[in-house]
Amino acid sequence: MIDFSRNHFDLFGLPPAFRFDMAVLDHAYRQLQSEVHPDRFAGGSDAKKRAALQASARVNEAYRALKNPVQRAQYLLRLHGIDAVSETDTALPLEFLERQLERREQAADAQAAGDVRMLSMLLTDARAESRALEEVLAQMLDVEKAFAVARMQVRELTFLTKLADDIDAMLASTES
Amino acid sequence: MALFQISEPGEAPARQPRKRAIGIDLGTTNSLVATVRNGLAVVLPDSEGRPLVPSIVRYGESGVETGYAAMSHQTDDPQNTIISVKRLMGRGLADLADARRFPYRFVDAPGMVKIGTRAGVKSPVEVSADLLRALRDRAESSLGGPIDGAVVTVPAYFDDAQRQATKDAAQLAGLPILRLLNEPTAAAIAYGLDNASEGVYAVYDLGGGTFDISILRLSRGVFEVLATNGDSALGGDDFDHRVFCWIIEAAKLPPLSPSDARLLLVKAREAKENLSEHETASIVATLSGGQTVNLTLTKAIFTEITGNLVAKTLRPVKRALRDAQMKPDEIKGVVLVGGATRMPQVRRAVAEFFGQPPLTNLNPDEVVALGAAVQGNKLAGNRERDDDWLLLDVIPLSLGLETMGELTEKIIPRNSTIPIARAQEFTTYKDGQTAMAIHVVQGEREKVADCRSLARFELRGIPPMVAGAARIQVTFQVDADGLLDVAAREQTTGIEATITVKPSYGLTDGEIAKMLADSFAHATDDMQARALAEAQVEADQIVVATETALAVDGELVGDDERATIDVALMKLRRLRDGTDHLALRAAVESLNHATGEFASRRMDRSVSRALTGKRVDALSG
Repeated sequence: MIDFSRNHFDLFGLPPAFRFDMAVLDHAYRQLQSEVHPDRFAGGSDAKKRAALQASARVNEAYRALKNPVQRAQYLLRLHGIDAVSETDTALPLEFLERQLERREQAADAQAAGDVRMLSMLLTDARAESRALEEVLAQMLDVEKAFAVARMQVRELTFLTKLADDIDAMLASTES
Repeated sequence: MALFQISEPGEAPARQPRKRAIGIDLGTTNSLVATVRNGLAVVLPDSEGRPLVPSIVRYGESGVETGYAAMSHQTDDPQNTIISVKRLMGRGLADLADARRFPYRFVDAPGMVKIGTRAGVKSPVEVSADLLRALRDRAESSLGGPIDGAVVTVPAYFDDAQRQATKDAAQLAGLPILRLLNEPTAAAIAYGLDNASEGVYAVYDLGGGTFDISILRLSRGVFEVLATNGDSALGGDDFDHRVFCWIIEAAKLPPLSPSDARLLLVKAREAKENLSEHETASIVATLSGGQTVNLTLTKAIFTEITGNLVAKTLRPVKRALRDAQMKPDEIKGVVLVGGATRMPQVRRAVAEFFGQPPLTNLNPDEVVALGAAVQGNKLAGNRERDDDWLLLDVIPLSLGLETMGELTEKIIPRNSTIPIARAQEFTTYKDGQTAMAIHVVQGEREKVADCRSLARFELRGIPPMVAGAARIQVTFQVDADGLLDVAAREQTTGIEATITVKPSYGLTDGEIAKMLADSFAHATDDMQARALAEAQVEADQIVVATETALAVDGELVGDDERATIDVALMKLRRLRDGTDHLALRAAVESLNHATGEFASRRMDRSVSRALTGKRVDALSG
């Protein structure tokens, strides 16, 4: 149904890059799903159904990985044989860590005080920093092709995104 | 929406015999069956033209009765006349916080609660199957033959246990089931195809016993669910119950017999329904002891006593929007589904929240069955003019595994598009460990105890290796029905264990919503607790590993090295039960450092032993 050996980018007919036209990805995703989704094979044999399930799951996974900047960056490095988030090496610049820890403490304080405005501000900041980092990564990965060097930035983006998600969860609990 | 006919003119596809396909809305209060006839989805009525089947099953003296026939006995034979059985699907007795509300003789059973009736002990799956059988019979007599395929709807917020129970019921009723379809999604199909909608829509579905909110993007024939949330034990029933409590209080009634209780519950429901059209409703009843009840319920009082129920629906709405990364004003339209959305206070609250009047141009009772019929027709392979559309749905709750320290490791996050498969690698934590217990859980919290346990199984036969050397890949696969399969495989040997998750329990009243709410509320606590628990697990692992290693290969360590290791071990044991995860982690690090060279010497020895072992095996084989 689909070639499972192809990488995520190949699957959607996209160049392996950090930046590309998301509309092209969305369109290719829908096109592929409309061909392989189990709904098309509901009356088929068990083997056909199983193949559809696997192909459709693979397309969903690839789409999710490419849609999300953190996963996309990690995947791109992995295609170049680089593991950005290995368990044995989790080093981050001290200055970066200190800034994020401070941010996390501020968020915890704001949550304790029920300060929605402060939490929103911290979230906006974290997201803005993520976006700036994505710009840097686009330059490193797509223009300079400096994949090995980009490890640190990918790791920072991973960390920052997790932090933003945590602040978002705090905001959700404070608001409701 | 642009829906194109695919076939070329003059190249009409070979006419295949039409399949008898149906869609079933198996509701808490009412159920319906629909089909597509002449390109149009229609509800199949009974011989008297009534479209709804009350979801009531009576185990009477002369056999099983369903629908209106059963309904007429609900006050004179309440213990054998089962209503709202949907609330019991996939639930244990301990899960039912509101068990006292039901007059049944509950029998606690492993997996799912059962009900003692005149016809014997019945599981909710069997009761639901009796309902489904009645719907199947209606469809077969209307379509003139056996059913080829059925789509049965479930609340979007149903967990794996509840979904599996529903599928089991359909199979028990002899229905060839094509798909389990989420109710709000079914409504979106009926609505979207009917109105050629484009954009992001919210479906607010308040049924008899369940509440769902789904956010969908409708675009060029694709229905893409962005997020879903809800409360699988909140619905019109709860509004009836509030009125029922109000009656008891206002009329100062003593404890009631099951018959009287059911009678007043019926009166409460009638009053609720009347208040959708009128300013007041009178409640008149004569109880079995001759006592009369004569009360007037005003719209104002009704709104007041049900205010927090309405508010309770808005919390999942906010969460779904947050997960979909949408603001209320970005929603193009809000579709109301479910009979309970006829209540004016519900409509008002929804309108206020989204800043626009909700869409009500389709019958809220029928829209789910109609959507299911359209889907069933398509899946059965009947070609229609408008069938070039695609449905992409999600799972409502995260799926994960229990890891060390009774923590959950999420494998598939909530709102992931299905079908989905995801694998994660785990390893052994003890030298020579030959089995690994796999505990599958569903929910949003960090602690296993706060999530729903779905299944447990064991992967056995892992060859003895040094701790951390085994590579056990656990794969989660969720199919298009939203049902989970789990497989575990040891990568170096290919030893395998697979399970189709046939879960034992569902979630209690509001437990899903509570789990989610708690996961937000406790996010920070959880993070601290998690960090500590993780550090403790790590500490325990390294202590065990070090002790075992010293016992087995102690001669590989020099005296000075041994002293350093002993000091580090002692320090670590002292910090183990404290609360400072940073200090504990540092102690783990220093022990790690102290044993580093020893470990690599052991690894060398282990490898050479393994090779030796292999050669002997090969020779003897």
